[in-house]
Amino acid sequence: MSTIKIELRNEDVAKIKDICKSFNNDPQELINVLHSCQEHFGYLPAEVQEVISADLGVPVAKVYGVVTFYSFFTMTPKGKHPISICLGTACYVRGAEKVLEEFKKELGLNVGQVTKDNKFSLSTLRCVGACGLAPVVLVGEKTYGRVAPDDVRNIIKEYE
Amino acid sequence: MPKGTTINKAAKMLGIDIPTLCYMELKDMNIENKPGGCRLCVVEVQKRRNLAPSCSTNCEEGMVVLTHTPRVLNARRTVMEFILSDHPKDCLVCAKSGNCELQSMAHRLGIRDIPGQEYAAVSTYRKDFSPSIIRDLDKCIMCRRCETMCNTVQTVGALSAINRGFMAVVAPAFEQNLEFSTCTYCGQCVAVCPTGALTEVNHVPNVLRALADPTKTVIVQTAPAVRAALGEMFGMKPGTLVTGKMVTALRSLGFDYIFDTDFAADLTIMEEGTELLDRLNRFLKGDKTARLPILTSCCPGWVNFFEEYFPDLKDVPSTAKSPQQMFGAIAKTYFADKIKVDRKDLVVVSIMPCLAKKYECQREEFATDGNRDVDFSISTRELGEFIKQENIDLNNLEEGDFDAPLGESTGAGVIFGATGGVIEAAVRTAYELQTGKKLERVDFTELRGLEGVREATIDFNGLPIRIGIANGLGNARKLLNDVRSGKSQFHAIEVMACPGGCIGGGGQPLHHGNSEIIKARAAAIYAEDRSKPIRKSHENPFIIKLYNEFLGKPNSEKAHHLLHTKYFDKKKKIIVKQS
Repeated sequence: MSTIKIELRNEDVAKIKDICKSFNNDPQELINVLHSCQEHFGYLPAEVQEVISADLGVPVAKVYGVVTFYSFFTMTPKGKHPISICLGTACYVRGAEKVLEEFKKELGLNVGQVTKDNKFSLSTLRCVGACGLAPVVLVGEKTYGRVAPDDVRNIIKEYE
Repeated sequence: MPKGTTINKAAKMLGIDIPTLCYMELKDMNIENKPGGCRLCVVEVQKRRNLAPSCSTNCEEGMVVLTHTPRVLNARRTVMEFILSDHPKDCLVCAKSGNCELQSMAHRLGIRDIPGQEYAAVSTYRKDFSPSIIRDLDKCIMCRRCETMCNTVQTVGALSAINRGFMAVVAPAFEQNLEFSTCTYCGQCVAVCPTGALTEVNHVPNVLRALADPTKTVIVQTAPAVRAALGEMFGMKPGTLVTGKMVTALRSLGFDYIFDTDFAADLTIMEEGTELLDRLNRFLKGDKTARLPILTSCCPGWVNFFEEYFPDLKDVPSTAKSPQQMFGAIAKTYFADKIKVDRKDLVVVSIMPCLAKKYECQREEFATDGNRDVDFSISTRELGEFIKQENIDLNNLEEGDFDAPLGESTGAGVIFGATGGVIEAAVRTAYELQTGKKLERVDFTELRGLEGVREATIDFNGLPIRIGIANGLGNARKLLNDVRSGKSQFHAIEVMACPGGCIGGGGQPLHHGNSEIIKARAAAIYAEDRSKPIRKSHENPFIIKLYNEFLGKPNSEKAHHLLHTKYFDKKKKIIVKQS
């Protein structure tokens, strides 16, 4: 796998240490610590995991094991405009997969990746409760309904 | 049955063997892997609707268990087919072929077809080559035995289960190479891997090339634990000593001189024992700079461990090199001069029960002008395979003798192979040097055994010497933590990275979870010790000659230059390497 090399600033390290401390540096609280850190940083780069590992006294391999086991945790940063395609049942049967393929092609990304300029990231989710609008695409907070593969290029253009 | 006995264990006591791929127990060593993951051990329990995993279901009063009904056999076959659907089918050329538990299980369950494999999402991972260990994760079946060894037993924490579903494997953090992880190359993961996912780096081809090169003089040294285990690869009973046959086999392979690491073990005792007495006597005189306890430094997995986890204590272990490296240093100076061969034309091969030795001999500090003191280290397993490839039947060989001068050793050198042996050998010599008295009894049985941490007090003519022994790195960590916090009351501590010591090393023939094999090897080591006419290192006439002719005294300047080393802070500052 390729990892994104980042440099943690002192205040970032302090923040992670604070979070660990708020859970009493208890190794049993690893998942909660990861949740809090992802909330703060948006993702869990290797460097963050290393600080957590040292503070909780859990091998970094274990931390990484937990991060890769739960799909909620991510090691890639979200783009400025995170794009999520709903693959819930209603969206799926109405062609969401074709829409997803079109986004992948247009952006040159796989699910879970971010563009080089950090502008767009691509993810999938299950049902946003707007099945009447299926297939649904979210860009940041904005919702697009009844999206067809042909609309994809225009949606991306709005943010370029 | 005692309360809490699992169905699996109860069945075993009754002589019923329930198949399993993940469960592993090393009795008396407190090692158990029980993830309940492979699901091959399922059994039918009456009045229970679902099949129960027998490794993690406890017996109950009046329970009726059926272990081999059609329903059970069918379920096991299906489970096996699922496992095999995501496993490479290159058994013909796999390094584990013939010794693979997955292969024998497929055979045992009579699998003749793997239905649905064309639909299986076969995971693919790149291979990882470290100096000692090769990982081929496509062959990982998630039994997680390696994870238990690495984390629970060794507390090294280099390996963990990662990802999920088809992609689930055991790997280092961020799927990096083992080289960049906290791995100590102890090889215990390799020793328990049921498949070809974890294997050793094979150096037999390099050795073969050296042997075929007429310009090279090739000498070999054999570690003590090898002779107690090699026979197992040729169908002999565990614990069969094959010292003489092994020597003959090595001669048939074409080595020019067959030497013994035991000789270097005797040398280690001279250096390490002298260092112990020096520190002890300075300490007794009130010298605050004398660091006690002294820690043994023969085990390269252990050295890697404290360089990674206890770099602040790197002045505590003895500076004596390991026997493998002492041998190499003497071979490429003293012996090379004797036979008038340039060190560049002298190839030193070691046969070791160990995978960390492969890494150790590649350390930069153990080479002169790029020429290594020990050129290649091969494991007991590799030697067994090498002997077979060369069409030699170990069973039918005559007993041979090691060559002089680096092949002569004492009983003290032999017991290096078992946990407690190094410190026992050191006590035999240190006692006599310190007290000036002759030991009445050389068998210090209080230092022997397989318990993870042991302690004993030896009376040095009125001076009580407190000794600690740890085998397994997790046990070593406990003693090290006490040293760090200043609580340790020991004068000397022996540490071996592998459970049982070298006889249970990562390069030994696979024990497949049977700790009786390790016990039998220990018994063989002590039997060889008893059979030796000389059993104290300082009485080895060739060691005395080496000091007279070449080194001067133990811990002399020359001895320091050749036989001692220093340690480094290898704590990983930043683990992430970009790939």
